[in-house]
Amino acid sequence: MTLDLRLPKVSARFIPVWRRNFLVWKKLAGASILGNIADPMIALVAFGYGLGSLLPQVDGVPYIQFLAAGTVCMSAMNAATFEAMYSAFSRMHVQRTWDGIMNAPVDLDDVLLGELVWAATKSFMSGLAIMLVVWALGLANGWTSVLILPTVLLIGLAFAGLGLIINALARGYDFFQYYFTLVITPMAFMSGVFFPTAQLPAWLQAVGQVLPLTHAIELARPLLLGKVPATPLLNIAVLIAYALAGAYVSTVLTRRRLLA
Amino acid sequence: MTSVFAIHGLRKSYGGNEVVAGLDLDVERGTCFGILGPNGAGKTTTLKLCLGLIKPDAGTIKVLGHDVSEQARVARQRIGVVPQMDNLDPDFTVTENLQVYGRYFGLSDAQTRERIPALLEFANLTPKADARIQALSGGMKRRLTLARSLINDPDLIILDEPTTGLDPQARHMIWERLRQLVAQGKTLILTTHFMEEAERLCTRLAVIDHGKKIAEGSPRELINTHIEPEVVEVYGDGVEAWANERAASLSERVEKSGETVFCYTHDASGLANDLAHHATLRSLRRPANLEDVFIKLTGRELRD
Repeated sequence: MTLDLRLPKVSARFIPVWRRNFLVWKKLAGASILGNIADPMIALVAFGYGLGSLLPQVDGVPYIQFLAAGTVCMSAMNAATFEAMYSAFSRMHVQRTWDGIMNAPVDLDDVLLGELVWAATKSFMSGLAIMLVVWALGLANGWTSVLILPTVLLIGLAFAGLGLIINALARGYDFFQYYFTLVITPMAFMSGVFFPTAQLPAWLQAVGQVLPLTHAIELARPLLLGKVPATPLLNIAVLIAYALAGAYVSTVLTRRRLLA
Repeated sequence: MTSVFAIHGLRKSYGGNEVVAGLDLDVERGTCFGILGPNGAGKTTTLKLCLGLIKPDAGTIKVLGHDVSEQARVARQRIGVVPQMDNLDPDFTVTENLQVYGRYFGLSDAQTRERIPALLEFANLTPKADARIQALSGGMKRRLTLARSLINDPDLIILDEPTTGLDPQARHMIWERLRQLVAQGKTLILTTHFMEEAERLCTRLAVIDHGKKIAEGSPRELINTHIEPEVVEVYGDGVEAWANERAASLSERVEKSGETVFCYTHDASGLANDLAHHATLRSLRRPANLEDVFIKLTGRELRD
């Protein structure tokens, strides 16, 4: 079978797809906020204060401050990943919502862009909520922490693209468990969410350097502490590259799945 | 030119299996055109090709004056679709389903708000305007899907097995609504394997099997040209022996299906007289119908 390798065709018709998902979210917001936001916040406070009280400073700051930036990035990653896989799969395969949409003058490329931006939106909302707690607890030093919000959006786009690739390949919900277990969870440990990557063996640190979450944390952690990231352009470029590659590959693979 | 839908030499294969094998169809404006075929005949694939959702290997598709290979999206702007499986949004109410679907056509919320009351009326769902989808019966869901397909006031409506799975009451109601749409001047293309549906609704029919058109005409023309006008169905004790000894000489064509023998003929009075002498046999004499044509053309073996 030949693949349709053309670049995604972008049009404003992705907006009604995004609005559809937003409307569903608004109706079910209670459970969604609880699941996506309360969970990481409880972990932040519990581990940050509980474990933090046993630890000396980590990288020169109290552990809860160290953990805060990691938690924001990780929950943004999880929110986008979850939305682009389980939720998108329900709409694509189980409810056949996408089929209905594509009978109207909306193309698959629009549907995918709508899903990508929507997953990034959920990711942003999750990151924003945790940042509100971080600010309320006084864990951020200085105005630079505001710049974590656009960072979170980039994380959302990068992981939404990757999630949609997995979605295009999935036979059922079980498939996503592999991705979480083999990719997402190890990534959290290798990217410095919970402890400095310097604690890892050198070869694992090298692997960590190609992971998007590492670059997200290299941006977010100094920004939270009122410092300038060491390599901001590289970090931003890597996240954008993941987002673009994810959007492209997921479009090609989903075309093969649905339009062949 | 009154053709709103014209496909020529359409072909589509999957892994060496030709699902659509050189299909030609022409549909005139303001008619109801039926595509009849057993499961796996290529009906749904044909419809997907015509909407531009999948690409043909060969052939041309012109819908409402637009070449679908170039302008599928423009064509879909003027088409309504009732898919085989309901894909209503389960998280929304009846009204929200229509509202959200209108947005996919670029309609403003003000525009859809204006259209929704008439559509609910048409679908007999006005009291259910704010009901959740889970609270609807199968027939109501189907009617809502039909109403949803009309949100863009389409010129052409494509219906893929619109009444499969419905009870007779619900089916009759859908038929009545579809006739109203034709009366309003809309063009309908529907696939079905209910012969009664095809006979009652369709101006013209194409029977397709193995991706090819094997017959086309009005329901009456198909019956007149493809089959003997009278049928006698015979069953009961001793039907085997009777069929072997008597049936062939008294009818033009004899078919056996399970425990029933079907005798096709231009004049069934000879058969009727003969059967009167066989007390153990039961029989039904009736005019030939579309189902007889369909079975003759596509065979009696089971399709899964």
